[in-house]
Amino acid sequence: MAFEVKKPGLATTVQDLGRPGYYHLGIPLSGAMDQEALIAANLIVGNDEGAAGLELVFMGPELVFQDDAVIAVTGAELPPKLDGQAQPTWTAIKVKAGQTLSFDFLRQGARAYLAVAGGIDVPVVLGSRSTYALGALGGHQGRKLAAGDVLDVGAPQRSVAEGHALDPALRRGVAEPAMIRMLPGLYWHRITEAAGKQFFADTWKVAPEADRIGYRFKGGATLEFVPREPPFGAGSDPSNIVDACYPYGSIQVPGGTEPIVLHRDAVSGGGYFMLGTVISADMDQIAQLQPHKAVRFVEVGMEEALDARAERRRNIEAIKAALT
Amino acid sequence: MATRYSFGGDEHIFVEVEEEMSLDAFFKSLSITTAVRESRIKGVTEICPANASFQVKFDPDVIKPADMLAEIKKLEEQATHGAAEIDTRIVELPVFYEDPWTYETQMRFRERHQDPSSTDIAYTARINGYASTADFIAAHAGAPWFVSMVGFVSGLPFLYQMVERDKQIESPKYLRPRTDTPKLTVGHGGCFGAIYSVRGAGGYQMFGITPMPIYDPRQETPYLREFMVFFKPGDIVKYKPIDREAYDTALAEVEDHRFFPIVRETRFALEEFKADPGTYTKKMEGLLHGV
Repeated sequence: MAFEVKKPGLATTVQDLGRPGYYHLGIPLSGAMDQEALIAANLIVGNDEGAAGLELVFMGPELVFQDDAVIAVTGAELPPKLDGQAQPTWTAIKVKAGQTLSFDFLRQGARAYLAVAGGIDVPVVLGSRSTYALGALGGHQGRKLAAGDVLDVGAPQRSVAEGHALDPALRRGVAEPAMIRMLPGLYWHRITEAAGKQFFADTWKVAPEADRIGYRFKGGATLEFVPREPPFGAGSDPSNIVDACYPYGSIQVPGGTEPIVLHRDAVSGGGYFMLGTVISADMDQIAQLQPHKAVRFVEVGMEEALDARAERRRNIEAIKAALT
Repeated sequence: MATRYSFGGDEHIFVEVEEEMSLDAFFKSLSITTAVRESRIKGVTEICPANASFQVKFDPDVIKPADMLAEIKKLEEQATHGAAEIDTRIVELPVFYEDPWTYETQMRFRERHQDPSSTDIAYTARINGYASTADFIAAHAGAPWFVSMVGFVSGLPFLYQMVERDKQIESPKYLRPRTDTPKLTVGHGGCFGAIYSVRGAGGYQMFGITPMPIYDPRQETPYLREFMVFFKPGDIVKYKPIDREAYDTALAEVEDHRFFPIVRETRFALEEFKADPGTYTKKMEGLLHGV
């Protein structure tokens, strides 16, 4: 089973749930930026939750299926079309051999996930099928899809009824402005108390440089640093540190001007200070932020972070219970 | 040393062994991360040593953040007494300094630089008190470098020069990071050297380029068949300045899979090195060519 890429879309990549275990070598987690959406797409078509699907960014691809298939599109509202006919999202769709799958304009969110029954069958590299394009690793030839690519699909594991869908109450939307919860820490002590308060008070906008490596934000006040003698080896800018590890989700602010939240293809370390880390429960939400979207950072403590994590896990359990 | 602990969200513990860089801080960080790995604490998913700090990623559904923190603090107390000695290897890495490709990239990003009218190497030579770039290159290639961290992108080594502190080269990172850096650029930021394993963004000053691949996801490079990443923390690197002709020759060898770096096994003892860095590193370099 296979499909051919007629048009690749903007930045379409093969992703599964990621490649943990190699961050100490600079090889990031990778995987779907909106993990919950990929899990839902897989379960709708009868796959295991960790099967590889396609991550579609802003603009979908055009694909021609060489065999009959069952697909589902979740995450961002990027409506699929079969031979030009509109199809529902979050729903199992039967595709016949020779049919063309294309996409309408993006209505909401930023990243949609396309699951195909059987999963995308690219080689497993370091335990994952995910694409890490910067390192030319995994996925389809280590890169985003291009016109003319042919991708294999595995054998379907379970049959599902046409129209098998996720209850709309269990589909996550995007709030306005988006509220991203973060735990202050790491090098928080490098900025003044007033600058810390201002960081949470400001409304930030997603900058155009927002990708799988990191999301940059603009529009808030420049941070004021606590004066100090630069430590040996750090470099002279007050935002410089002796190069250290960057936690997944950490917020670095080069020069104190534009915060960058590192995401699934994160650079694993470097020489810019970090204010803290976005809590694990809110990372999926960042994946759905479009450029210019308004965002507020919300300060939380560890207990709230763990409560949010437990709530997210319950949501995923509810999705699994509803679909299997 | 005053170790500082911080949570990185609900999934990481970040540990700064020392605010400034030193090999003592590196070895302490290395010994704690080794202890964390050997203790096989349930729920640990990633252990990432860095230059003078490290982080541990864990699953808070398996181990509570407060318990994870207590485990690491306990291991820190035990780790500080270990001997700072490691079995490692020394590698000769050819560098074509002042090459045309990093020069072209510098010119494209000049407005992001501290001194737009200069080049990265001339600027760094000047602020470090060298009379010429030739003198600077002699110092850069004159003593070996210690791999004190691997990361940023796949297999990129951070390197710390094995000389007295007053001889260490320091330079600021670009005012705003570049969006492009040629693959295998030899760079410098803060007190650290780096070899950019892949093409991409970067903020370090660019001095030259090496023909020697250090990361190969396809694993076609003969010495990367077992694993796609060449460097690991503790490796020691000696640069060998080469000209354009030698660069082109080496590149042709790389393409034909005939290029092999000179690599020798050795043992590094921190206290012996600190007692007399110059003599110690000269002895170590002697291994490369069988002196």
